[in-house]
Amino acid sequence: MVVLTGQVSTALIGTDAFQECDTVGITRHCTKHNYLVMDPERLGPILHEAFYIATHGRPGPVVIDIPKNVQVATGNYVIPEKIAHKSYRPQVEPDADAIAQAMALIVAAERPIFYTGGGVINAGPDASAALRQLVSLTGAPITSTLMGLGAFPSDDPKWLGMLGMHGTFEANMAMNRADLIVAVGARFDDRVTGRLDAFAPEAKKIHIDIDRSSINKIVPVDVAVVGDAGRALDALIAAWQEAGHKARDYGEWWRRIDGWRATRCLDFPEKKEPQAEIMPQRAVKALFDATRGRDPIITTEVGQHQMWAAQHFGFSAPNRWLTSGGLGTMGYGFPAAVGAQIAHPNRLVICIAGEASLQMNIQEMGTVSQYRLPVKIFILNNQWMGMVRQWQELTYESRYSNSYSDSLPDFVKLAGAYGWTGLRIDTLGELEDGIATMIETPGPVIVDCRVAQLANCFPMIPSGAAHTDMILQPSDVTGTMDDEAKALV
Amino acid sequence: MKITTEAGERHVLAVTVDNEAGILAKITGLFSARGYNIESLTVADISADHALSRITIVTSGPPAVIDQIIAQLDRLVPVHNVVDLADAGAHVEREIALVKVAGTGEKRIEALRLADVFRAKVVDTTLTSFIFEITGTSDKVDRFIALMRECGLVEVGRTGVVAIARGAEAV
Ligand SMILES: Cc1cc2nc3c(=O)[nH]c(=O)nc-3n(C[C@H](O)[C@H](O)[C@H](O)COP(=O)(O)OP(=O)(O)OC[C@H]3O[C@@H](n4cnc5c(N)ncnc54)[C@H](O)[C@@H]3O)c2cc1C
Ligand SMILES: Cc1ncc(C[n+]2csc(CCOP(=O)(O)OP(=O)(O)O)c2C)c(N)n1
Ligand SMILES: [Mg+2]
Repeated sequence: MVVLTGQVSTALIGTDAFQECDTVGITRHCTKHNYLVMDPERLGPILHEAFYIATHGRPGPVVIDIPKNVQVATGNYVIPEKIAHKSYRPQVEPDADAIAQAMALIVAAERPIFYTGGGVINAGPDASAALRQLVSLTGAPITSTLMGLGAFPSDDPKWLGMLGMHGTFEANMAMNRADLIVAVGARFDDRVTGRLDAFAPEAKKIHIDIDRSSINKIVPVDVAVVGDAGRALDALIAAWQEAGHKARDYGEWWRRIDGWRATRCLDFPEKKEPQAEIMPQRAVKALFDATRGRDPIITTEVGQHQMWAAQHFGFSAPNRWLTSGGLGTMGYGFPAAVGAQIAHPNRLVICIAGEASLQMNIQEMGTVSQYRLPVKIFILNNQWMGMVRQWQELTYESRYSNSYSDSLPDFVKLAGAYGWTGLRIDTLGELEDGIATMIETPGPVIVDCRVAQLANCFPMIPSGAAHTDMILQPSDVTGTMDDEAKALV
Repeated sequence: MKITTEAGERHVLAVTVDNEAGILAKITGLFSARGYNIESLTVADISADHALSRITIVTSGPPAVIDQIIAQLDRLVPVHNVVDLADAGAHVEREIALVKVAGTGEKRIEALRLADVFRAKVVDTTLTSFIFEITGTSDKVDRFIALMRECGLVEVGRTGVVAIARGAEAV
């Protein structure tokens, strides 16, 4: 992302002029790089450099602050011959020795697992293709982070689902019992590792990452491969094929994994009659079923609905899933859907939203109308900040505070007010038809899908617990937490 | 619940950066945001065309933290390279202090004698005061200042550490 911001004229900077703000100062901490352009002649080169920096290495936002007099000045624009930066040269090609060491560990492992993340998506579709090839060559199981969904097809039997706090039992157990973890473009986030001293105690670790500071930051690893995930995966495939390796028989390992799979950890209790209330998981599954073959782009807001979407919506290609992971900012999903729809005017773009998160940026309904975008918003409306309520139940003995809302807008009327189509789904019997209507209706549609209010998202690794201590269903919730566990929230 | 922080070894880092506005704020912002120590930090333009600055940072932490500090510095866009001078082999460290001492009689004579022992130069004098300039390792400067406290120390200004690896090579 490159952000252009306006600044007061250069002569006024530092005088507390009207609407003056130290933009480079306040954005320094949340950007990859930023510029204040003091000379119109520098504007052209800086713009090119900014796009280079934003898109090379580990991507990140760049701000260019342009004073008013620079904005209106006339200057020369010279197309640069070569766009680069004088000092920023991220390492893209992996080191051959590191690849050889990684290959030696992969060949020797008896219980390997691939743990892949957002870095594979960032590395482009070819990296996802390479990942599929390497996994199929080795025959090893694979799990992905929230940010890595779609790099590997969710319907492949080697796929164990997402790992981590709301990941599957089989993925977390396999991470815990593995003798080798191959981390590709994933950063050992605390939602993923759970309690660190119990994280993958038996495993050697290979970490492929384009950002050296991600490596050994949280979990010390045995082999560090600095470079682009796609290039590193290509190099591993080449090394595998050159040496003529054959897939090992991981039979015993798969038998154990199948045992964990048999818990069917994503199952949920539900009533089946048409008047029954809709379980939110069912709503996501129905949405997934109804959009199969349409290759939709799914965005989410933040909360339980986000986790249910991650668990129950299957992805088979990268860049179909836009969600806010690390910062988990409510309000991300709807504008992300607008962006995706502008980039792909003919694709089906659906924002799976919570009724609370959606209201963070609800004014963008006007933008959608203005630009005639056919964005669909599918609200899992539980009338609660469900994720907050879930934590209040699990961590704070159900002392609810500010997590219930009895002042929600009528989303159907709101849709009408903005010139959208609005529809409401109340019961299980209305679910399929409601979704079909949403998909078939041209233009923007908001669906207020009323779901069971008090459902919680499982399975779950509670705060401060290990991969092996998953709560599989509500009845597993016990006792209270000590301060140490609470502090890890 | 106990909240603890780990102690660690002292390291001197030499960081070559683009000499551009805001770079120092970027570096110090990184240290404060991530909770790293800065014991001393010096910066000056070092290239003929004023394009580069060298920042010398004295920090401390366990090996894994030092490793992170280096990696985090290295990924900043305007940073050209980061060298841990402890890893680079033997190096020379120097610091300058200007030390103002006031007094008369025995104390004044003692101050001058100690300055001589430490090879501190007198750079200003009045009938009742001296300013000494002392150059050396931080340790030596510390010891000199501690002694001057007994001899009428009134003010100290220190540069912080600059350091460079021994031998013919650049880092
Ligand atoms: C309510 C909530 C619950 C959550 N629960 C879970 C959960 O159960 N499970 C889960 O996994 N997450 C969960 N998350 C998300 C979590 O907080 C992290 O955002 C996520 O785990 C990080 O994903 P990642 O490791 O793939 O890293 P990313 O943040 O995607 O980082 C990518 C990594 O790859 C590297 N990289 C970037 N580009 C490249 C490239 N071209 N080549 C190589 N490397 C590259 C980067 O340097 C970085 O280290 C949750 C978030 C929320 C809001
Ligand atoms: C901007 C912002 N504020 C607060 C939070 C903390 N938070 C996380 S989930 C959540 C509730 C979300 O409620 P809703 O959108 O209804 O989703 P649900 O969990 O009910 O599916 C809150 C307040 C956040 N992640 N982002
Ligand atoms: Mg809600």
